[in-house]
Amino acid sequence: MTAIDAGPAVTVRARSRRKRQFAPLWMLLPAAAVLLPLFVYPIYQLGLLSVLDFRQAQVSGGQPTRFIGFDNYAELMSAPRFWSVLWATVVFAAALVVVTLAVGAALAVLLTKISRWAAIALSLAAMAAWAAPAMTGSTVWMFLFDTNLGLVNRVLGWEGHNWTYERFSAFALVGAVVVWHSFPFVMVTLYAGIKALPEQVLEAAQLDGAGPWRSFWSITVPMLRPVIAIVVIQSIIWDFKIFTQIYVMTNGGGIAGQNLTLNVYAYQQAFASSEYGLGSAIGVVMMLILLAVTLVYLRMLRRSGEPL
Amino acid sequence: MTRRIVPNTIALLVALVVAFPIYWMVLSALKPAGEIQSATPVPWTLHPTLDSFQRVLRVNDFGRYFVNSLIVALAVVALSGLVAFLAAVALTRFRFRFRSTLLVLFLIAQMVPIEALTIPLFFLVRDLGALNTLFSLILVHFAFTLPLAVWMLRGFVAAIPDEIEEAAQLDGASRWQILWRILFPLVAPGLAATGVFSFITAWNDFLFARTFIISATENQTLPMALLVFFKPDENDWGGIMAASVLMTVPVLIFFLLVQRRLVSGLAGAVKD
Repeated sequence: MTAIDAGPAVTVRARSRRKRQFAPLWMLLPAAAVLLPLFVYPIYQLGLLSVLDFRQAQVSGGQPTRFIGFDNYAELMSAPRFWSVLWATVVFAAALVVVTLAVGAALAVLLTKISRWAAIALSLAAMAAWAAPAMTGSTVWMFLFDTNLGLVNRVLGWEGHNWTYERFSAFALVGAVVVWHSFPFVMVTLYAGIKALPEQVLEAAQLDGAGPWRSFWSITVPMLRPVIAIVVIQSIIWDFKIFTQIYVMTNGGGIAGQNLTLNVYAYQQAFASSEYGLGSAIGVVMMLILLAVTLVYLRMLRRSGEPL
Repeated sequence: MTRRIVPNTIALLVALVVAFPIYWMVLSALKPAGEIQSATPVPWTLHPTLDSFQRVLRVNDFGRYFVNSLIVALAVVALSGLVAFLAAVALTRFRFRFRSTLLVLFLIAQMVPIEALTIPLFFLVRDLGALNTLFSLILVHFAFTLPLAVWMLRGFVAAIPDEIEEAAQLDGASRWQILWRILFPLVAPGLAATGVFSFITAWNDFLFARTFIISATENQTLPMALLVFFKPDENDWGGIMAASVLMTVPVLIFFLLVQRRLVSGLAGAVKD
């Protein structure tokens, strides 16, 4: 071995030794110590509870817990309420995703076409809505739409109109708050994506005679596909799990449960009706739906060629 | 310049609509009670007063809930930042078996509907004897904020050139020194960004506070305490708005301070 290549050889050896010494194991240990008992174990427990007869009597120890297989699921499937809640959850989430994306995308495009001061004003307003806690967002909108003292009813001259009385208008009101909270994420992410596009491509399209509409659909959208995929999936996941707004604004799921979503339904079954097994089964259904969405997301990531 | 008049006007109108609820919240918190009840509400007040804030803080002991929320959120930020930093370094600086698998698991963990886990976690916290304590809230949010924090920090750690560590190593720095004296300060901007997300998650939580803090009202946090002002007969809107302002302002300040890092951190987390 000559003196010349001794240098790199030593470095490489020192490096590989360092890698072995710095065994990453102990650095991951704290994370594992938190996530295994507080994340993985509860997921297992949720599955277990969903196949048990687990109610107030079992919680207090008055009666032994009993394995009942898929009885909880069978009970759910045969209850019309479950199907109507599932349907409402899917439609509500889908509507929220579509509206959030439309508003966020339109404003992202608008941001590229306005003066700096206007962009700053719009960004600041969006940041404020984004940062506002779900709880205070709900209270402010409830005040704005209050039956008697609300600004909206006063301006419209609709004193006495209760926005949460009807199923559709209650969902719409909750939906408005959710969109208000969540469009900024879509706007900011898409805007960053648009800014990162090579300008030459759009200029070339312009030279070839493509109008703004055409170049948006034929160039901007296809090139932004990875970013769009991510905001779509994030929105689906986010909108499927809405809890605080519905719970607070419709007072636990609306009149006679008309505004329940899976989330709130599971919670009510468990903690209001003490049907912990049944509530867990609803939780499992929700988990499976979101797992399916996640797998689609992962496939998209793989396809877009991002190395992990 | 003139062709921008239309888009500028639209943008400004949208900004006004989007910001209006926040403005109305602050305004209503400052309005005297009579103006809130008034049949003709006006978007300003000539007699701003801190009455609502005083009522909220003195009578309803809101300061205590504020401090509770702060304790929970700051503990979660510190704990999850520290643990996520270690995990992020392990996942970016080392090649080992199951590394990719672990990364995918952290990604999947972000998608888990934590709301569904309320039921098993309730029994877990009960068996630990931790119901009605702030500790229970710190514990669950520590776990829930960790996956996103690891995922986001990973990008920040990867952005630090290897050479810096190698140079330090040649200078005789130990692995502890490299980790805490060199990598940690360099990742600080990333920690700020992830910290905001952890803070907001813990600060905004309504569900777990509602479930775990049953009888010990003195250990309640802000989102639940806000509900106190909702009365069956007549809501105290001035109080609700003042309490909402107190709850929103810290997050707003936090958010605006690290806004740029937040967006780049998020873009990094989202891009991967």
